[in-house]
Amino acid sequence: MSERREPAREHVTGVFGKRVQRREDARLITGRGRFLDDLGGNALAAAFVRSPHAHARIRDIDVAAALDVDGLVAIYTWEDLPGVLAEPLPLLIPHPALTHGRTAYPLAREVVRHVGEPVVMVVARDRYVAEDACSLIEVDYEILKPVVGVEEAAQAAHLVHEDVPGNVAAHMVQEVPAPDGRSAREAIEAAPHTLAFRLDIERSACTPLEGKGVYARWDADDESLRVYSSTQTSTSVRMAIAAKLGLPLPKVEVIAPDVGGGFGVKIVHPWPEEILVPWAARLLDREIKWTEDRREHFISSAHERAQVQYVRVGFDDDGRVLGLDVNILHDNGAYTPYGIIVPIVTSTQLLGPYKIGAYRVEFSSIYTNTVQVTPYRGAGRPQGVFCMERTMDRIAAHLGRDRTDVRAANFIQPDEFPYDQGMTFQDGRPLIYDSGDYPESLRMLKELIGWDSFPAMRDQAAAEGRRIGIGVGCYVEGTGVGPYEGGHVQVTSDGRVHVSTGLTSQGQGHETVFAQIVATELGVPFEKVSVVTGDTRRFGYAVGTFASRAAVVSGNAIALACRKVREKALRIAADALEADPRDLEITDGVVHVVGAPSASIPLSTIAVLSNPLRYAFDDETRRATQFASAPSPDRPPVSEGEEPGLEGRDYYSPIRSTFASGMHAAIVETDPLTAEIKILRYAVVHDCGKLINPMIVEGQIHGGVAQGVGGALYEKMVYDQHGQLLNASFMDFLMPYATEVPRIETTHLETPSPLNPLGVKGAGEAGVIPVSAVIAAAIEDAEGIPIDRMPISPSDLHALRLAR
Amino acid sequence: MNHHITLVVNGVVREASVPARRLLSDCLRHDLGLTGTHVGCEHGVCGACTVLLDGEPVRSCLTFAVTVDGREITTVEGLATGGELSPVQRAFAECHGLQCGFCTPGFLCTATAFLRDNPAPDDEEVLEAISGNLCRCTGYQNIIKAVHRAAEIQAEEAG
Ligand code: FES
Ligand code: FES
Repeated sequence: MSERREPAREHVTGVFGKRVQRREDARLITGRGRFLDDLGGNALAAAFVRSPHAHARIRDIDVAAALDVDGLVAIYTWEDLPGVLAEPLPLLIPHPALTHGRTAYPLAREVVRHVGEPVVMVVARDRYVAEDACSLIEVDYEILKPVVGVEEAAQAAHLVHEDVPGNVAAHMVQEVPAPDGRSAREAIEAAPHTLAFRLDIERSACTPLEGKGVYARWDADDESLRVYSSTQTSTSVRMAIAAKLGLPLPKVEVIAPDVGGGFGVKIVHPWPEEILVPWAARLLDREIKWTEDRREHFISSAHERAQVQYVRVGFDDDGRVLGLDVNILHDNGAYTPYGIIVPIVTSTQLLGPYKIGAYRVEFSSIYTNTVQVTPYRGAGRPQGVFCMERTMDRIAAHLGRDRTDVRAANFIQPDEFPYDQGMTFQDGRPLIYDSGDYPESLRMLKELIGWDSFPAMRDQAAAEGRRIGIGVGCYVEGTGVGPYEGGHVQVTSDGRVHVSTGLTSQGQGHETVFAQIVATELGVPFEKVSVVTGDTRRFGYAVGTFASRAAVVSGNAIALACRKVREKALRIAADALEADPRDLEITDGVVHVVGAPSASIPLSTIAVLSNPLRYAFDDETRRATQFASAPSPDRPPVSEGEEPGLEGRDYYSPIRSTFASGMHAAIVETDPLTAEIKILRYAVVHDCGKLINPMIVEGQIHGGVAQGVGGALYEKMVYDQHGQLLNASFMDFLMPYATEVPRIETTHLETPSPLNPLGVKGAGEAGVIPVSAVIAAAIEDAEGIPIDRMPISPSDLHALRLAR
Repeated sequence: MNHHITLVVNGVVREASVPARRLLSDCLRHDLGLTGTHVGCEHGVCGACTVLLDGEPVRSCLTFAVTVDGREITTVEGLATGGELSPVQRAFAECHGLQCGFCTPGFLCTATAFLRDNPAPDDEEVLEAISGNLCRCTGYQNIIKAVHRAAEIQAEEAG
């Protein structure tokens, strides 16, 4: 809780909560960033032969023609893989409902199940040569029937995996009865009003500007491996490599260098390349690097979003939901390495800020011969919110009520927290919301967008022959899931503060926000603090960066580590100054007696005192001797329970998730002739608890909304009936440029989380979550046509107009 | 067969021996070690690989190195002068115009050339100028702000 941070310290250093400029930028704006492909200038290059078919049996692989390529070093197929490396990749998150989880082999064994599946790895002098060799390798395929489209797959005329009946990976039902014990279906039957409809959400993908990549260096003298990967979890990649290669864990280090965006796809681990490249590097005793190209990223990493939802809802005259019954068909692609997290998140987060009388949700997670589905920013929430918010709008339309009134009628009230939704969340813990103020959010949003004056604006536009509409969408986002993160903080005798945490960064500005936390907690100048993330040499235990968890879990772990350091510093200072530690304060890196500033000692000196071995390498170590009390002959120089050095390590393990929330509204204009859709205004009210750096939080929101706009209007993965991805390039997959993204107006509401010391929730994913719902609502409002699928292009809208 | 080429990169004469098919982006990154120029698509759409060729922005992933023999190239590494950041670089940091920073070199080069030709652009012109570059992180709002801010800094310093 923020109360635990003493206001005096916050005031003095003043960086927590401030718009501090980013640490990361100096290197990134001068070309000195170190992204994966910037490393290993002399490494050999790996390239892959990937399946051109969605479903086929491999009859034969003929590499003969490639062997003459000048510069070729090695060619590997599944047959070459030893021991556990030849086994399927791990299923990361098993679940009892995932009865038929399947994962791919690092290199295809006998059958390929999507276009892009790796079949052969080639190592050569450079990437050009490696690709030359790839193009000369002949793979003889027997083509099998591809299964494309989730509904077709559910009919199971053909199977993706021979041993998975019905193509069903998982089936799960969760049911929360009404307070009076009635089931959702009973409540709907008995409700004064009922509606039933279907919603469709298309596939999209993270598409970070930098694809994946791996660079491995085997040190034969030291028998150790150093691997760089463009990953969201270097600690887990390390464990995977050690296990798959049979190396002792301390002999493997994994580093996430600068990473050019992740958005979820880089949390999956190990990618085939992440174990194949290190394996070959050790085998050949050569540095090897693989850098994913754009087409590879489209066809062989991961996608998300695609769902079909069948909704039934019962409600009263005020629009209060009495029962909700949702049945989801979720397309998980060819494999399920990440389990069923996405449909579980959809099922649970669908509830949003609302009290739903009785709820039943059922999903089937279905195999298709397409790229696997793993979390993409929002991770199932955009679909859940699309469902709930479209439902709210339909209720309002049915009753002829204001859409915001219907929402307000269903809100959880501020005095009802902690609020138990009666379900199990993605982390296996109860879905209990920690805090929030939804009525206030809505009030702020209506004011920001001008909800009440919109009818006048619409009339005005209509008088000019223009068609405009307004939409609103609300969400609650479980953030900061456990199990834990850790932080390490060390003050050295030069007064510098070195901080590390195991989770990784992909542009979120962690070096900056964590330094803000440390400067505030420890009472040191911001400039003295440096932060390292995602480097297993510095911190070995971590989970990773996903689920908007870095600020919550690592942020609090670092704060707790600072408190340990602070306590130790005050203890040593009290000794040296012959003062009571309770009378001491740290300001600007100097410990002093409150009210007597002359009685002081800098942290740098305390760092020296904390280590009985007094080096005399610098002024500080010499100066420190004046404070050193003579060691007592009957005590060891390092007392029991103590450690040398001014440093501390701590972990933060949340009891359960925090719940951030927000509400968005948009005004769109649709062209009566061309059906072009233009977003005129976009407003966001956002509550992620205490803000560490509002500038960075706003940046996260902007980026999220932009991805949401992509998902709402432009982005979809187009597969043909053969399972070919037709738009696997930036030319054809329409990511928004600056011209497509509206200016985003943002207001913050801060309801601190009572669950953690800093009072923070997470902010990383929020922006993207409600956008499809909001834009659909606004288009529907402009056009008077129900919008029940996303994305919606001008041609789609045109078709809807014709069908009206 | 390799070709011997000479480029003037960031004011320095650089030589390389490259096959005809070597992309300029690869030549800069791998032959000359200037890894500040990034590659996001290699099909000319994202703009991450943008460099200035005789002052004009080009996509180095769509350019063969051998075709620019003898020409002058400015990459992101050459935008600062004598250790001092250019107005565009400063503005991007000040306005939080970057997150992961992968697209940033392309935006910086594009904006540098744009503001040289149009030192006082309006909103529409800024939007137009950067509308050929993709960024997946920022939502562009702060990039737009940064370009305006850079124009301002440039004007202040000229004045
Ligand atoms: S890498 Fe050249 S335009 Fe994308
Ligand atoms: S800052 Fe990451 S792509 Fe632009």
